[in-house]
Amino acid sequence: MKATCWFGKNDVRVEQVPDPEILNPRDAIVRITSTAICGSDLHLYDGFIPTLDKGDILGHEFMGEVVDVGKGVNNLKVGDRVVVPFPIACGNCFFCKKELYSLCENSNPNAAMAEQLWGHSPAGIFGYSHLVGGYAGGQAEYAQVPFADVGPIKIENGFTDEQVLFLSDVFPTAYMAAENCNIQPGDTVAIWGCGPIGQLTIKCAYLLGAERVIAIDRVPERLRMAREQGGADTIDYTAVDSVIDMLREETGGRGPDACIDAVGMEAHGHGIQYAYDRVKQAAMLETDRPIVLREAILACRNGGTVSVPGVYGGFLDKIPFGAVMNKALTIKTGQTHVQRYLRPLLERIRNGEIDPSFIVTHRLPLDAAPEGYEIFKHKQDDCIKVVLKP
Amino acid sequence: MDGRQVTQGLGWFSLGLGLMEVLVPQRISSLLGLGNRQAVVRIFGVREIVSGLGILTQPRPAAWVQSRVAGDIMDLALLSTALAKGNPRRGSAAMAAAAVLGVTALDLLCSEDLSRGGAVDRGFHVRKSIIIDRPPEDIYRFWHNFGALPRIMSHLESIHEFAPNRSHWVAKGPAGTRLEWDAEITEDRPNQLIAWRSLEGADVDNAGSVRFERAAGGRGTLVRVELDYRPPAGALGATVAKLFGENPEKQIAVDLHRLKQLIETGEIARTEGQPAGRAQGTSKKYDEFVRT
Ligand SMILES: NC(=O)c1ccc[n+]([C@@H]2O[C@H](COP(=O)([O-])OP(=O)(O)OC[C@H]3O[C@@H](n4cnc5c(N)ncnc54)[C@H](O)[C@@H]3O)[C@@H](O)[C@H]2O)c1
Ligand SMILES: [Zn+2]
Ligand SMILES: [Zn+2]
Repeated sequence: MKATCWFGKNDVRVEQVPDPEILNPRDAIVRITSTAICGSDLHLYDGFIPTLDKGDILGHEFMGEVVDVGKGVNNLKVGDRVVVPFPIACGNCFFCKKELYSLCENSNPNAAMAEQLWGHSPAGIFGYSHLVGGYAGGQAEYAQVPFADVGPIKIENGFTDEQVLFLSDVFPTAYMAAENCNIQPGDTVAIWGCGPIGQLTIKCAYLLGAERVIAIDRVPERLRMAREQGGADTIDYTAVDSVIDMLREETGGRGPDACIDAVGMEAHGHGIQYAYDRVKQAAMLETDRPIVLREAILACRNGGTVSVPGVYGGFLDKIPFGAVMNKALTIKTGQTHVQRYLRPLLERIRNGEIDPSFIVTHRLPLDAAPEGYEIFKHKQDDCIKVVLKP
Repeated sequence: MDGRQVTQGLGWFSLGLGLMEVLVPQRISSLLGLGNRQAVVRIFGVREIVSGLGILTQPRPAAWVQSRVAGDIMDLALLSTALAKGNPRRGSAAMAAAAVLGVTALDLLCSEDLSRGGAVDRGFHVRKSIIIDRPPEDIYRFWHNFGALPRIMSHLESIHEFAPNRSHWVAKGPAGTRLEWDAEITEDRPNQLIAWRSLEGADVDNAGSVRFERAAGGRGTLVRVELDYRPPAGALGATVAKLFGENPEKQIAVDLHRLKQLIETGEIARTEGQPAGRAQGTSKKYDEFVRT
């Protein structure tokens, strides 16, 4: 089959590789009909997530048709149409039973390696480095799906691929990011980043009762989408002296009730702070550029919540933890517990409360994956979300 | 303070010193009267940071502590130029040299201690525990069937019970070699504890035990494993060392994760045999413990 493989920084290629096979009784094989490139993939593409190896198959946001099932899978049959969650979860362990699926204790074969870096291991993830399992990903024609009796959700006809594809990652991620803010009537929510996660988080914050959403980015068409599709007020952070001052101004000095970092480890900025983080990251003296996280902590109102769907990998510098402590902030974060949200969010799509497909700007054949990465990374051609069609 | 604490201390010392050397090299070099040597000081700083991070985060701190020893020698060389007559800050350079000498001694002690801790000379003792979401009876029953253990312990090829309480163990050595021994169960308390040890004539003297304790709050069983290996001297000893790899603790951690996976989910998470854009589905660099 054909698959998108990582060969190094800024180097992905579509290669001919063997077809996947059933390896364990609870596996299924899915023929992929739609698969997306995620902001998280850009962290791999840019070389900021360690433990990738040449030839690793990327992709963790995919759906398709079941073509084979192991003898332990009773709820799926050949021909079923399914969306596959990006974290791999067993359904049996302490964390799965608490519906904390992205913390599954049994799905990362390299758990011992993750324990050395982070103290404990999260769940395995498709196509997302050997630290989280080294599993082959889904930007390919087929994928082998472990614990297929727990993860994939069946989709009946009547939905297009694009309406349901994002149940695999970005829609639940946006929903959990907003849910983590414990939004109360009258709340103002500030969201950094208007990529796919930011766009959907704006919608979810309103769905969960926010009074006002203020979205921050620098890319004009992303800011426009946030206003026109999301109904958010926007701040172009390159056009203001201080985002924190702007937010303070807009909230009568109090600060937003919740602040969401939908940018993560590769935040941009300007001035000395940005130069400092670029240099330290390049010299491998810090692994992430926490520019947005610092801003979110400083901007947030006393007793408010900082919700962090943006991905971080290692060690962050100059985090104003004094502000976290003295302002009594709550910090909520994590890889998304996707399995927990599949059914309720499919229901919201069915009811017409939301149609996440509005973020799609580019549809490309699988062979064009390398171009897709370039266009998405550089936000060329007004790109917001790329869907690949194998 | 035990060896590990000293090691950690050295790691943090490296990080702190390194950061100062990188961020304020002119202060350090003027403090020591090193003149215009900021660039050199900064390079030394990067070196310190790298060894500091290595010591704090790597599974085998010995090599990184040795890198500190090399660093100490570089520092001493640099400082000796500052000790030359005519340097107005000879005093502080001398104090710095004395401090570096002291730290070098600590580094040397520590690095010797750490590399002696390897499997070859002393054998090793490993302890690990894990919580498995099943009652002790189930896990005791699984473990008591010794023939099933090689499925979770990848360094074992087979265990065959040839008489009550007696079994023959075959372990996989490097390059197709094998290590064999007979073992006997020395203690067997149903649903609580199993202990065993190798008998006379074993390729490797070893002993082990596993305890099953009911975990608090109905969370299943706390499984505690202890293993002792005393490899013989010479070539066979080296073979044994290779067998358990550089990192026996990590190996046991991996084995216990597999035990948990098998008991809780009915299967062992695997990536071997999956597709990839290279000859093998798993990575030589990162998947050493999942390749069989
Ligand atoms: N937690 C999870 O499970 C999960 C799942 C999916 C994605 N993510 C993460 O969410 C983050 C966003 O993903 P995405 O797909 O939207 O990515 P993206 O790269 O398309 O979007 C990031 C946006 O942030 C903007 N940005 C950069 N610096 C900024 C700054 N200083 N202030 C404000 N905006 C800034 C960029 O212009 C860009 O529009 C990534 O870190 C991704 O890894 C996490
Ligand atoms: Zn993603
Ligand atoms: Zn689980």
